[in-house]
Amino acid sequence: MYLHAKQLWRPVLLPAIIALCGASTTAVAEPGRWQMNMPRGATGVSSSIYDIHMLTFIICCVIGIGVFVFMFYSLVAFRKSKGHEPATFHDNTTTEILWTVIPFFILLAMAWPATKTMLEVYDTDEADMDILVTGYQWKWSYEYILEDGENVKFFSNLSTPQNEINNLSEKNANYLLEVDNPLVIPAGKKVRFLLTANDVIHSWWVPDLGVKKDAIPGFVNEAWTRVDREGVYRGQCAELCGKNHGFMPVVVKVTSEQEFDSWIADKQSEAAEVKELMSQQFNLEELMERGEAVYQRTCLACHGAKGEGGVGKPIAGSSVATGDIGEQLNIVVNGVPGTAMQAFGGQMNDLETAAVATYLRNAFGNNMGDMVQAVDVYNFKKGGGSSDE
Amino acid sequence: MSEHHGPAKGIKRWIFATNHKDIGTLYLWFSFAMFIIGGAFAMIIRAELFQPGLQMISPEFFNQMTTMHGLVMVFGAIMPSFVGLANWLIPMMIGAPDMALPRMNNLSFWLLPFAFTVLLSSLFMEGGAPNFGWTFYAPLSTTYAPPSVTFFIFGVHLMGASSIMGSINIIATVMNMRAPGMTYMKMPLFVWTWLITAFLLVAVMPVLAGAVTMMLMDIHFGTSFFNAAGGGDPVLFQHVFWFFGHPEVYIIILPAFGVVSQIIPAFSRKPLFGYDSMVYATASIAFLSFIVWAHHMYTVGMPIAGELFFMYATMLIAVPTGVKVFNWITTMFKGSITFETPMLFSIGFVFLFTIGGFTGLMLAIAPADVQYHDSYFVVAHFHYVMVAGAVFSMSAAIYYWLPKWCGRMYDETMGKVHFWIAFIGFNIAFFPQHFVGLAGMPRRIPDYALQFTDFNMMSSIGAFIYGAAQILFLFNVIRTIVAGKKVDDPQVWEGAQGLEWTIPTPAPYHTFTTPPQVK
Ligand code: HEM
Ligand SMILES: [Cu+2]
Ligand SMILES: [Cu+2]
Repeated sequence: MYLHAKQLWRPVLLPAIIALCGASTTAVAEPGRWQMNMPRGATGVSSSIYDIHMLTFIICCVIGIGVFVFMFYSLVAFRKSKGHEPATFHDNTTTEILWTVIPFFILLAMAWPATKTMLEVYDTDEADMDILVTGYQWKWSYEYILEDGENVKFFSNLSTPQNEINNLSEKNANYLLEVDNPLVIPAGKKVRFLLTANDVIHSWWVPDLGVKKDAIPGFVNEAWTRVDREGVYRGQCAELCGKNHGFMPVVVKVTSEQEFDSWIADKQSEAAEVKELMSQQFNLEELMERGEAVYQRTCLACHGAKGEGGVGKPIAGSSVATGDIGEQLNIVVNGVPGTAMQAFGGQMNDLETAAVATYLRNAFGNNMGDMVQAVDVYNFKKGGGSSDE
Repeated sequence: MSEHHGPAKGIKRWIFATNHKDIGTLYLWFSFAMFIIGGAFAMIIRAELFQPGLQMISPEFFNQMTTMHGLVMVFGAIMPSFVGLANWLIPMMIGAPDMALPRMNNLSFWLLPFAFTVLLSSLFMEGGAPNFGWTFYAPLSTTYAPPSVTFFIFGVHLMGASSIMGSINIIATVMNMRAPGMTYMKMPLFVWTWLITAFLLVAVMPVLAGAVTMMLMDIHFGTSFFNAAGGGDPVLFQHVFWFFGHPEVYIIILPAFGVVSQIIPAFSRKPLFGYDSMVYATASIAFLSFIVWAHHMYTVGMPIAGELFFMYATMLIAVPTGVKVFNWITTMFKGSITFETPMLFSIGFVFLFTIGGFTGLMLAIAPADVQYHDSYFVVAHFHYVMVAGAVFSMSAAIYYWLPKWCGRMYDETMGKVHFWIAFIGFNIAFFPQHFVGLAGMPRRIPDYALQFTDFNMMSSIGAFIYGAAQILFLFNVIRTIVAGKKVDDPQVWEGAQGLEWTIPTPAPYHTFTTPPQVK
């Protein structure tokens, strides 16, 4: 019966495995329901990773089926209830040497392509452009290091509405995998990522690009990608980084080179515009409007929709928001070390800081009536008020 | 010293216990209590993950649950349960009257309830319980940790001290108290695996203690071991942790290997195949476990040479692990097999542990781990080795030795029902986690993207089934102790081999006060 099973093996089981694998290779970029396998992804690296994954998987399946067939055959064939008398052997040197040595060679067969792929993953040389990726609790920032003109820098926050998370409205198709500002990169170019973090360790993961690299405070890690197919690729932070670890997705938009160039030019002129705005004076209404937008994006997660507090202290009726402006700016710009209150001075521009400070003083019933202008923030930072200057 | 007196009366018997059997019992009940508590945390996690969206608990509390679940299961349930088994069995297996250091034995047990009271009490503290994962990576566990982290550190020190004392005791017992004629190469495999495990424990628990002490210094005394802003290195934490952590996973599984190596021959009525190679395989696994730690850190940005070294070393572990599986199956081959509950759990162990070993091999492949790392694929892997491995073998052990311990037989039908519910529930719970992991679901998240919904629902249902099976287990054990059918045959099981089956059933309070002669 054992021989019989062995003969069956080739014609029946092998095609079955291949069919199974084939079924799973059809899964592409947009992960669907019931997706069971790793995506082949959109890059050379992700595709090599997929191949080595399938190779080890199939080797494991083949060995596994062999082992389990032998086991279940023994269990069925040598039942006591069938009256089988136990044999007494308990050693066989040849067999034991064989099943030590053969697996070793099988491992070599996996180690070779694995090594090649790993070298590919690590080949960050000769990139066409560099992007600095910084992990924050709980968002990503991207800074394009540009040769001509100013660097472009922005934050990328989860854009799924809180109501969807709290089951108050229907969840959209990209639930938890959508951001306000995606990372945009040009197709066909080798992009190098320099990864670091501002607070705790995060990990930047996009399965379709075959990139996962930890973003570690105080260190700069390197990773790279070259995506030929235009499209939107989604991933998530992969390293536990605190409360909202599940809520800091990565979205990468790959566009044509022309589209990318005009996008980056837009971003640069936008930045110039902001600079321009910085020198202007705003009235209370305008500051409140801008401040509310900043609050909802940056502060709400900890301080609550009504300023009622949460992880952070309440804003409504807070002695800081209704007290000395300098002290309030100090907290917003420099944070409170050792707590979840970060130093936002480096994350927001001066206008945003001014607007949100004004908002805090006048929203949630804190009707102070005064305001902060961008130039005040600028002067505050310049006057030694900022710890990172 | 009178050898014939029985146990002390009442609560003093347990507080001042020095008898290895009493201490074994304490350890086993303690670990079962922790198993229930850790299991309750798991049920909360799976209930929240039943659907996308936040339904029941906040993300903060979710993180506390994953952390406490991991810590309680690893340090409170699995490790003490095997120490309990060692206490009960090692003296009886090597023909010794007791453990070598009975008073230290008492202390090493009684530290545990304090350690876990400290740890669990943090759930009620301001700022909540530890929420940084059972791997407590810095600086999330230092600069950004809740105040309860100090209690966590104290708890880890206590349980570390307990483990070190427990293992010194085991080493001393095995080395000094074997009956005449019980040479090393005649020791039952359970004793061998525990001896090697004890050396692993003595080697790595101090490393864990070092890691948490450095955390304590960073938090309270202004050092910067893991704080980049002060010139420290957060990755150093991971190296230190995993230098402990990888041997730790073998600390968990080696005694389980020992258990099934006792049970499979018993119900196959045939000696263990390749005893010597089993011993050598165990020793090589233990050795290799010290040089593979950074396979948990393939994405931290090690130099490529480091990646490759740790990849090759990790892949090598598959060889001795494979040898073990082949030996177990060849032991069954041409045996005369019956399927009592301990055997069912052992077969389940071999089957499911092998699957966990395969995924381990896949994870060892560094480039592929770029995708697997910190995804649910890893969660699936380690539950196949830790639950279907360690916990299944523990269930097998309880059914196998319980009649010897209390002189009563468990209910076979109920045992088999327990096995099948556990087996089916386990696979429904954890097999789909491979799929969502490969499809891109990160671990340790309280909420997930919609495409992962179906498999997560399955997983939660399976987890509830597996959880329910444990209530049946508890019931069966208690029913056996108070009302099981009496057995008085020393042998209990037809095919059982070893000194513990030569003493009366139930095992008297003192055994082998005069050492047996082993041929
Ligand atoms: C053939 C043997 C094994 C190999 C090659 C192997 C390999 C690995 C690798 C490479 C990882 C890291 C995956 C990642 O985080 O990306 C891992 C994780 C893990 N393994 Fe294994 N493993 C094996 C057996 C075991 C055993 C026997 C246990 C315990 C009983 C175990 C428990 C764990 C645990 C707990 C983790 C996850 C730790 C965490 O990050 O929380 N493994 N294994
Ligand atoms: Cu994260
Ligand atoms: Cu490991």
